[in-house]
Amino acid sequence: MTKLYELTKLIRSKNAGPFQLTFDIFCNNKKNYEKVKKSKALSKKTIADIYNTPIDDVIFFECDDALAFKASIPRPVFQGDIGDPDNHGGQQYAPLMDIEIKDLD
Amino acid sequence: MNLDFNTKELRIIAATGVLGSGFVETSFNRGLKRKPHLIGADAGSTDPGPYFLASGNQSFPEIAVKRDLRLMVLAARKLDIPLIIGSCGTAGGKPHLNLVKNILEQIKKEENLKFKTAIINAEQDKEYIINKYNNGKIKPLNPCPKFNLKTIENSIRIVGMMGAEPFIKALSEGADVILAGRSSDTAIFASLPVMLGFSEGLSWHAAKILECGAAAATQRKVPDCLMATIKKDCFIIEPLDPELKCTPQSVAAHSLYENADPYIILESKGAINLKNVKYEALDDRIVKVSGSEFIIADNYTVKLEGAELAGYQSIIIGSVRDPLIIKQIDEWLERLKSKVFDRVQDLYNKNFDNIEYSLIIHIYGKNGTMGKLEQLNLPISHELCLLFEITASTQNIATSIASITRHQALHLPIPEWSGLITAIACPYNPSYIDRGAQYRFNVNHVVEVDDPLEMFEIEYI
Repeated sequence: MTKLYELTKLIRSKNAGPFQLTFDIFCNNKKNYEKVKKSKALSKKTIADIYNTPIDDVIFFECDDALAFKASIPRPVFQGDIGDPDNHGGQQYAPLMDIEIKDLD
Repeated sequence: MNLDFNTKELRIIAATGVLGSGFVETSFNRGLKRKPHLIGADAGSTDPGPYFLASGNQSFPEIAVKRDLRLMVLAARKLDIPLIIGSCGTAGGKPHLNLVKNILEQIKKEENLKFKTAIINAEQDKEYIINKYNNGKIKPLNPCPKFNLKTIENSIRIVGMMGAEPFIKALSEGADVILAGRSSDTAIFASLPVMLGFSEGLSWHAAKILECGAAAATQRKVPDCLMATIKKDCFIIEPLDPELKCTPQSVAAHSLYENADPYIILESKGAINLKNVKYEALDDRIVKVSGSEFIIADNYTVKLEGAELAGYQSIIIGSVRDPLIIKQIDEWLERLKSKVFDRVQDLYNKNFDNIEYSLIIHIYGKNGTMGKLEQLNLPISHELCLLFEITASTQNIATSIASITRHQALHLPIPEWSGLITAIACPYNPSYIDRGAQYRFNVNHVVEVDDPLEMFEIEYI
């Protein structure tokens, strides 16, 4: 069993405007991208579960050109509003790193 | 300024990803040798937070903005090509635009230059927004805060994000330098190619990649320049530092940055459609892009950004090293909040109903970074850092409640110890730090307009 971060060159989170949080997962090569895609470990549902967000609020893309997966959720607190712990949204991705990728081959 | 380029290709330099963040002079000069037709930079973003829009301040220091702007102005004037800066002063409102205008005037005087500058305003009159609201022309984006007449009244400032049209007007009226208030990042760079008849799809997509400068390279060393060459059927992306490389993946990856949707990028006039784009490596560091399309929308819409006062804040930093307190921290903090509430009620007895405050505690070592999103319930660290955040309607009340909180927290007991304890370690004295006004973004809406220029007056100096 492999952890997602071992197959990636970058996992990051950022604000997509002040009201949305967006996550990017860039695989380090095509082989690993296909492996993650095939495993279906990343989906609207995984994001909804990991971030305790209603599944209908999750936006999810598989980006073949960029060898990347992208997910976005509404920010639980609007950027910079009272109680926002992360103004830039940059340190919210850690839970994605340990997602387990089954080897289906 | 002669815009009769009559050229089969248009060469555009983005000096850096955001004005004031710097760029490497040798990279920039290498680009200038290629005789670009336009130099530009984005100067703003919502990323630094609502403070900038509300306060009128910019997030980069003046010395840094001036350094970047000076090099760009000198280059543009020497080549007699347009220079465009969008979203001036971070938030692109009137005071922000003034900050950059003042810097430009200093440069003009110091370098003894003569040129025509267009100043394009993006800050909106409340009357205009109220009128649009009453006519049902303001539409929500998703997700968005509640928006009504009260929101407009409470806003300290509302800006509209201008598209390409105001830039095109200024260019056609002979502006050598354009300083614009809040702008679409892409419009800054798309305006000239669109004006000269290049494909809108290619122009807007190239602009999208340009606006973050060298961030489209595989590994950026420092903020730096990027060049796009727009042709009839494609555009070429190249970093200007010869050590940097753009690859098909790094360029494709860039459309993911700070966007929820990597394939459809919304602009005032419509949307950039990246679904059929092809990225090809021309060599190990230059990328050719083709297939970008632009879909024109039925209605022209302008995105609004606004900020309002959220309250006044005072904070306390205090850490805990006692494992007995740490293991019961949630319950300890609930008791603390309750003690503070009782004390506030007691002190402000007569006016208690008017005292609205919030006491939020970030627990670093547990879930401080992710707050509500944190699902990990690991064995706790050997120490915790508590950040107490008190927000109230005036600074005086916030400071007073912070002082109360400090004293309550300092001696709040746990059952395991008998006698008076000191529960938190404060690195500062006074241990409460007044932060002043705290703001929030309060609009995520678009306004439908008949004329793309109606919200953006242009002044020439």
